[in-house]
Amino acid sequence: MEVRSVKMDNLDVLDPLDLELIKLTQDGIDLVPAPFATVAEKLGISEGDVIGRIDALIERGAVRRFGASIGHRTLGIVANAMCVWNVPEDRVEEVGAIMAGFNEVSHCYERPRHPDWEANLYTMIHARTREECERIAHEISRATRISDYRILFSVKEFKKTGVRI
Amino acid sequence: MIDRPKELDLDLADRQLINTIQLDFPLDSRPFRMLGDQIGISEGEVIERLKRLTDLGVIRRIGPILNTNKIGGSSTLVAMRVPEDEIEEVASRINDFGEVSHNYLRPGSYNLWFTISACEKERFHEILSEISGFGYPLLDLPVKHLFKIGVKFDV
Repeated sequence: MEVRSVKMDNLDVLDPLDLELIKLTQDGIDLVPAPFATVAEKLGISEGDVIGRIDALIERGAVRRFGASIGHRTLGIVANAMCVWNVPEDRVEEVGAIMAGFNEVSHCYERPRHPDWEANLYTMIHARTREECERIAHEISRATRISDYRILFSVKEFKKTGVRI
Repeated sequence: MIDRPKELDLDLADRQLINTIQLDFPLDSRPFRMLGDQIGISEGEVIERLKRLTDLGVIRRIGPILNTNKIGGSSTLVAMRVPEDEIEEVASRINDFGEVSHNYLRPGSYNLWFTISACEKERFHEILSEISGFGYPLLDLPVKHLFKIGVKFDV
């Protein structure tokens, strides 16, 4: 156990160059023919190194993906429903996998229960209308045979940004 | 209530670009040339289209999506029970933390739902304890198991 935790710690620390690389790209790369060359110049390393470092960050999970974030509201995907489900412990794995298989589900997580809060699975459903979200939740319920659920639509968005460092 | 988006005029090439660059942005010295080769347009046209889609708000940015748990940090979802007439003020105090990325009003007994992602564990615990200090009942809901984090929108 000792060895494992030491190893984890090493893996979890970003070296200073990676940190700078993330800071330079997290608000979006420039839309120019060689965007990574621009970053490389600022970091004082080669373009190949920049690309190699991004690959390595993805490989170890520090970067989930490198790509475009979409303004889904602009695309008319305006309904955003968090659906919370009360799933028996022995069915969490099976049910989570089924939920994740739905295209309209962008996120699916297991989270802890609390004494006054029984839900343990959470799905984010995105669609064009509330009715469509409700229909999808109903389909998920039928597919999983989990009937104890609630749809929590967002009534107001106070903040929405990406995670930055 | 119906927030009708302005009409977007997206042709096939726009849609192909949007669908591709969410998950498969080429990590290459000439990524836009590579994308152009895939869908049969020039590098310059790819760049022009991406600039237009950014101006329209369809594309927010092209960059890394971070997992704070893997860079020495921590994250969680918090649900808080706040009286309705205090919600605006409390939401704004919570938004003051740069580490809060999403914050929504939702119906139900726990009505304020927000995420905290901090790149250092100490900072994470500091924020959580400051927010607990506001004095409202809350649920700390960190991820136990991740089944999906996709966020790919097909257009």
